[in-house]
Amino acid sequence: MKVNVVVTPKAAVLDPQGAAVRDAMQHLGMPEVRSVRIGKFLEIEIDDKAANLETRLHDLCRDLLSNPVIEDYEVQTPK
Amino acid sequence: MKFAVIQFPGSNCDQDCLAGLNGILGLRAEYIWHKQTSVDGFDAIVLPGGFSYGDYLRCGAIARFSPIMQSVVNAARDGTLVIGVCNGFQILCEIGLLPGALVRNRSLHFVCDMVTTRVEVADSLFTHGCGQGALLRMPVAHGEGCFFADEATLRELNERRQIILRYATADGGITPDANPNGSIENIAGISNREGNVFGLMPHPDRACEARLGSADGIKIFRSMMETVAAGRMRAA
Repeated sequence: MKVNVVVTPKAAVLDPQGAAVRDAMQHLGMPEVRSVRIGKFLEIEIDDKAANLETRLHDLCRDLLSNPVIEDYEVQTPK
Repeated sequence: MKFAVIQFPGSNCDQDCLAGLNGILGLRAEYIWHKQTSVDGFDAIVLPGGFSYGDYLRCGAIARFSPIMQSVVNAARDGTLVIGVCNGFQILCEIGLLPGALVRNRSLHFVCDMVTTRVEVADSLFTHGCGQGALLRMPVAHGEGCFFADEATLRELNERRQIILRYATADGGITPDANPNGSIENIAGISNREGNVFGLMPHPDRACEARLGSADGIKIFRSMMETVAAGRMRAA
């Protein structure tokens, strides 16, 4: 099974990378761009016969894959 | 007196720490490889700078799961002095021994420079030998040193006097110009609530000899030694 995890910086956290990309997009002909936030996209393959998969995955999202002080995460399970 | 310097794969200031500490009379520093599981017998623990585990995912995110870290957490809870420099600071935040987090420098640049920091807490276990408002010159070298904490945490850090060092101008002013990385409120180093865990982005280990441009880092290590000595006196 494939699971995607998207990690994004929290709204209160400054994202200078996002701001630099926003500026570049505006300069390159898209003045409509209001803001860009840059996060991480993790493509994970999991043996889906394992037990308690969802709980354990969320635990690791919180402890390892994201830092809850500065980031939010979302687990996407493709249908 | 014996200090431990923890070595992670990718640590690169472990030798600076060891040399700096061993240059101080009465102090012996030894390496502990991160796969070991005990810090018994050491009076203080140093988490050095570097790029542990390549800084993959986030700085310090993987190092915090190294086998040695459980004993570092236990020692910290028992009151042992723990200092994290640069990458060591990031690891202490990731593992939750210190509040907040260190994110990408506001400028997006890796900064490698000599900075001035102002001692904000003159009676902390790590700076009591410096004096209130003392200015310490130390090098910084980091890409992710911008300290972030939410408003509630920041208020608590101020109220509980956990902000130990702030970036300052040469004459001690706390201004945006003196801030090398965009840290909130010019924060360069903080302690935990109990005061025995200290993390800072500047390198005291690289400021242990006047020939290196500054010997101010020694003041922090000496303060730690005096704290340990005073603790022994109380225990005796």
